[in-house]
Amino acid sequence: MFFVMQVFPEITNAVETPDVGEETKTKEALDLPWNVVVHNDPVNLMSYVTMVFQKVFGYPKEKAERHMVEVHRKGQSILWSGVRERAELFVQQLHGYLLLATIERTG
Amino acid sequence: MEVFRKNGVLEISEIDPFLAELLRQIPASTNPESVPAAEERLYSPPAGPNEKELRAEWKIYVEPELRRLFRTATETVESDLRQLAENEKPFANSALQIPHEHSEAWLNALNQARLAIAAKYDFTEAELCDHYRSPIGSRRDLSLFQVNFYGFLQEFILREMECDNSTAPGE
Repeated sequence: MFFVMQVFPEITNAVETPDVGEETKTKEALDLPWNVVVHNDPVNLMSYVTMVFQKVFGYPKEKAERHMVEVHRKGQSILWSGVRERAELFVQQLHGYLLLATIERTG
Repeated sequence: MEVFRKNGVLEISEIDPFLAELLRQIPASTNPESVPAAEERLYSPPAGPNEKELRAEWKIYVEPELRRLFRTATETVESDLRQLAENEKPFANSALQIPHEHSEAWLNALNQARLAIAAKYDFTEAELCDHYRSPIGSRRDLSLFQVNFYGFLQEFILREMECDNSTAPGE
């Protein structure tokens, strides 16, 4: 609907749309990208965290290390953003490696 | 104690009785032993408190899987540690071989143990980073040493895994 309104605003304005407020809101909430956030933990070794990022996300070592350093210095890092199902799967894998990870809505 | 790799097997040799005992304690140390802080750390929530539905589903579907995964890793380590029991002389140094395919299980069990111990004793970041700490004088000091010793083993296993990955294709 967003796309149609952007391209053809005059058409959508002319058409009477049914009141689907709540339903639309729910769908938009589902479509919002979700963040996979990893939080700092003083126990997990830096080299271990880097290895986990490489394994779970397939990141090259340099990128994995950048995220590891961000977690260490800033307390957290967003490792990935996207659809909820995939984000949940990543968080599940990260917990399997005992990292402190959460899924968070963007915005 | 010496750590090296021989024919695709990680070998820890010249393990003195004290370190052998710490190694034997890995499986027991992974158990949160009804210490809420340790249990919470090993099974931390996957989302903030507002995501009630997500957290509830996680408890039902994901947490049992995580428990199974962690138990399997601990059992693998436990079976490897039986080598230490085979040493008939009580005060002699021992050796331990870790097959390459058990590396991930060792990393996982060592991590469980380190996190559970650190949560039980509520070690601060400063304590965990203090490598010039005075000699062991209390149960707390011993547990901190245990966390660092397990960390050293993790570092070694990780280094070996990295060596394998960098030499694996077209070797």
